[in-house]
Amino acid sequence: MRKFDTKVQHLKYKVLTEVARLAFEGRLLENVMDIPKTIVPGKQPTMRCCVYKERAILGERVKLAMGGDRSNPNIIEVIDIACDECPVGGFEITESCRGCIAHRCEDACPRGAIVFDHEQKARIDKSKCVECGRCAKVCPYTAIVSRKRPCENACKVKAISMSEDKTAEINNLKCVGCGACVYQCPFGAIMDKSLILDVIGLLKNSCNNENYKVYALVAPSISSQFNYAKIGQVVSGIKQLGFHSVVETALGADMVADAESRELNERGLLTSSCCPAFVSYIKHEFSDLLGHVSHNLSPMAILGKYIKSRDPDAKVVFIGPCTAKKSEMRKDEVRPYIDSVITFEELQALFDGKGVDITTAEEEVLDNASYFGRIFARSGGLADAVREGLKENGITDFSYKPISCDGLEECRAALLRLRAKKLDANFIEGMACTGGCIAGAGCLTHGEKDKDQVDKYGREAFEKTIKDAISVLK
Amino acid sequence: MKLTVCIGSSCHLKGSRQIVEQLQALIEENRLGDKVELIGTFCLGACQSGVSVKIDETIHSLSPDGVRSFFEKEVLAKL
Repeated sequence: MRKFDTKVQHLKYKVLTEVARLAFEGRLLENVMDIPKTIVPGKQPTMRCCVYKERAILGERVKLAMGGDRSNPNIIEVIDIACDECPVGGFEITESCRGCIAHRCEDACPRGAIVFDHEQKARIDKSKCVECGRCAKVCPYTAIVSRKRPCENACKVKAISMSEDKTAEINNLKCVGCGACVYQCPFGAIMDKSLILDVIGLLKNSCNNENYKVYALVAPSISSQFNYAKIGQVVSGIKQLGFHSVVETALGADMVADAESRELNERGLLTSSCCPAFVSYIKHEFSDLLGHVSHNLSPMAILGKYIKSRDPDAKVVFIGPCTAKKSEMRKDEVRPYIDSVITFEELQALFDGKGVDITTAEEEVLDNASYFGRIFARSGGLADAVREGLKENGITDFSYKPISCDGLEECRAALLRLRAKKLDANFIEGMACTGGCIAGAGCLTHGEKDKDQVDKYGREAFEKTIKDAISVLK
Repeated sequence: MKLTVCIGSSCHLKGSRQIVEQLQALIEENRLGDKVELIGTFCLGACQSGVSVKIDETIHSLSPDGVRSFFEKEVLAKL
């Protein structure tokens, strides 16, 4: 079964796997320069103009797989030589325009930006065009196309622009680390930095968990990943990598749902704090609303905190779908609890780098959280869990009005209304990725059925209530 | 005395929660709140048996219906 959605992901995976393999074998330093040639061995190019450019770009990918540019605080980086410098013209009229007499484009344009040349063919007056795309929608010949760059299109916080040499450039003051551009760039020219070497180091130095124990916190979106094996086999594989134990981050989500429902009752109005990209977005663009952000740590951090309170020497690694979590772990309030973060893509690379075949692994169990903790993985899950938290805490006199913002555009709309005091809601669930965490940039696959898989996985949880799930946390 | 109950997945499915609840009730019943500390941990590495409960360095294997006798024998008798 196919492991990834795109060949770009597969290429990135090959690099990560090679880096991991050499690091596990302890020969990365001597052999790191050979990786590009291992991946592109022949003389015939398959991706670029020549094998030398392919290898040069692979060299940059290797750097990112090894942690990337340490002087750049952003977890997302542009590989400038990989950027194909896509056209940036916005909406343009192509040769397909036949110079018809209907002129639907002209009627649809709200700004009078469509003009006609001597052959009656349409042109766009760029000084008037606002890139709304209405002309493109009505053209009977589909002669109008958008030439917006896929990365800029993917970036809903407008952090990507074109640099002087035409390559994509990320504005770190705007970027929230969601990774949408990483997944959407058709040339793989934007990548998230990887911390796999840190994780391999943690595992090796633990000496089979004798010096300290390494815990893996697995995000609930695992339910829609590794479809070619069973979740129990993934758990077994993680232990074969050298982790001491595997815990559901959804248990942290249960803790958050319980605390957040009580906090909401006390404060009357909250925006969620689980999604680090959403919190960064508020910080960058809506700093006047920061006071409404829940004081709760994210499920990842709150569970890491619990584990370290019981086992102070523990090392905690979060494994999930999210690139923004790699930035979240550097925050002052999270740093003490989380030692590293990797994505599902990177987990796959660790498996293959160490030669762990999860399809033949024995199935182990993973069951720490309730249905409500597990459904945090999809849009709407957090709001449902807070409703349950209010119920289980016996808070009946609070009139709960949640709004689930699915993706950064919906987050923006809700925050604008909140700022204008026109929002008819008292709890804003903000998820930067459309669909929720199951659509995170670090997922292996992003499928249509993912939401149902999350709910199904939720129903399989041994514990049925939030309180039951968290009652074991003494 | 420190009672560490395993709340890892395997033990959880065998009844960690009931054991934690019972131990907590027994500690309260015997007013040992200041002498016995109850804490949870993920995986004590003895997944093949019942729910693992560690006292000092010894791991005991419990089932939810054996908690009272365990408490009397291993906790009350040794305080």
